[in-house]
Amino acid sequence: MRLQYRQRHFMPGFGISLGYTVFYLSLLVLIPMSVLGLKAFSLDGQVYLDILRDPRTLAAFKLTFGAAFAGAGINLVFGFIVAWTLVRHPFPGRRMVDALVDLPFALPTAVSGIALTTLFARTGLIGRMLEPLGIQIAFAPAGVIVALTFIGLPFIVRTLQPALEDLDPEYEEAALSLGASRLRTFLTVIFPSLRPALLSGFALALARALGEYGSVVFISGNMPMRTEIVSLLIMGKLEQFDYDGATALAVMTLLLSFMILLFLNLLQWRLGRRTQQGG
Amino acid sequence: MKRSYVVLCRCAALLICLGICCGCGSPARQVELLNVSYDPTREFYQQYNAWFTRTWEEEKDSRVLIRQSHGGSGKQARSVIDGLEAHVVTLALAYDIDGIAEHTGLISPAWQTRLPHNSAPYTSTIVFLVRKGNPKQIRDWEDLVRPDVEVITPNPATSGGARWNYLAAWGYALLKELGTLSPPPGDADSAVRDAAEEKARDFVSRLYKNVSVLDSGARASTTTFIQRGIGDVLLTWENEAFLAVEVMAQSGVEIVVPSVSILTEPTVAWVDGVVEKRGTLSEARAYLEYLYRPEAQRLIARHYFRPCTPEYADPQDMQRFAALRLFTIEEAFGSWRAAHEKHFAQDGVFETLFKGAS
Repeated sequence: MRLQYRQRHFMPGFGISLGYTVFYLSLLVLIPMSVLGLKAFSLDGQVYLDILRDPRTLAAFKLTFGAAFAGAGINLVFGFIVAWTLVRHPFPGRRMVDALVDLPFALPTAVSGIALTTLFARTGLIGRMLEPLGIQIAFAPAGVIVALTFIGLPFIVRTLQPALEDLDPEYEEAALSLGASRLRTFLTVIFPSLRPALLSGFALALARALGEYGSVVFISGNMPMRTEIVSLLIMGKLEQFDYDGATALAVMTLLLSFMILLFLNLLQWRLGRRTQQGG
Repeated sequence: MKRSYVVLCRCAALLICLGICCGCGSPARQVELLNVSYDPTREFYQQYNAWFTRTWEEEKDSRVLIRQSHGGSGKQARSVIDGLEAHVVTLALAYDIDGIAEHTGLISPAWQTRLPHNSAPYTSTIVFLVRKGNPKQIRDWEDLVRPDVEVITPNPATSGGARWNYLAAWGYALLKELGTLSPPPGDADSAVRDAAEEKARDFVSRLYKNVSVLDSGARASTTTFIQRGIGDVLLTWENEAFLAVEVMAQSGVEIVVPSVSILTEPTVAWVDGVVEKRGTLSEARAYLEYLYRPEAQRLIARHYFRPCTPEYADPQDMQRFAALRLFTIEEAFGSWRAAHEKHFAQDGVFETLFKGAS
């Protein structure tokens, strides 16, 4: 039995790499998280209740999660189009465009926040055109969505690209030649094989958006009850030395995010199994 | 043979090093101080540090190297709480230094009585910045609640300056109702005082209805007002307002000084725990005490702060400061702690201004 177990890992160094993984993850993720956990358990339950009852906090939670979902959703559609174009349609300057996609990764978030605000403010290049139409983006909830869409784009495109590259056009051609409509080809041939990549891209963009601070605080206007995000409230509590309140808020954001990500992962796992069984 | 040669070389190198250290007449003592400060003092401390280092070396024949750290006041205080080894802290509000004292015990609780003038060698106040020519005719606090005026001020949750702005407006309304701020709150919780507080709440609530953007910090608000051209009036520190007008001449803004405002006292303290451990108490203490000297006071006025002893300052610099009725936080609110509890803590007055508004 033991021998069999050993034989499976024909690559050497399993023990050392597992040890390294555990050590590295502990150092980077588990230890910082457990410090937060320890602090969280030492808190009085009243702190959590106070926060849950506070309408300002609830409004911030609603905005943060709502805008993060909206941003990731928008990216899911438009990021897909970008990835599709980049993979399937070679055009001059494609490498340039490809590099542009990574820009939101590299830009300090404060810089992107200020740039977006400059564009969308009442006096900005885009804001000026939208104002007569009665549309306000900067200093309104819509601004938060714009910022979160911006920072989330690379996550969707970069997870979709390899999946699209693996997708052989011959399958689509076969489906089309067998008489399937374009829509049907997309829904039954292309979409199922891209679903795992779409889901994990969505989850990554969502997770990134939930924790965003730098870019949002510039464009949102930070009005209580209207455009305050949870990270700003956490910063505010720290700024006033309310460490307990800040911890409680952080723990609740973390729990909610964790549940959403877990749900997305489970969904992926189930869908994956069904596809395997079905195919 | 070879080995002894190496040893010889090492000895020689050591001797040369020692010779350099002792030989060039360096001062008997050399220490390093870290001054943890807030954003708008950057330019002032740059000059002050040079002057202090020079003076100290002349007087004591010992060298002090001063390193500076700047950032938002609350953020800086938090760094010190989290372990940044500051020898002295020079922050925007006493509340932040109280925070360090309370959370770490590194600073004596009585720190504010150790130096003259509430441990505030320079002060400032809250004034208005309006568009050139003052198109909306904004003259005093009363104009800020007019329905056609848009006000820009930062978010009190994240900005110390924003808290001063808020308290200045509140104090103005109190003073208008009561005519006087003595006796301070707590001594006389009479019905008259309560009624005035209610009026002040109403005034501040109307003022914040006119606010469209609450940036996370004072500098961000200045950007919103000047660069983006949003709002009719910006509430800001007097020293920041001067900087905006004189440094950015093309900014197209001008200062309006209200009839009444709050005396903002940026306070300074040495960090007992750190200077005792490092043995730098005498230097750290002198560094802060010298802020009260004539030369330093002169420098303070030059950098748009109000010196605590104006006689020492250049009269020309002093002319820039308009005369107005200034009230202290103790007069209007009792103390920083009381003001914080009542206005900015969870379920404080500031929060209730926005509830039911969405």
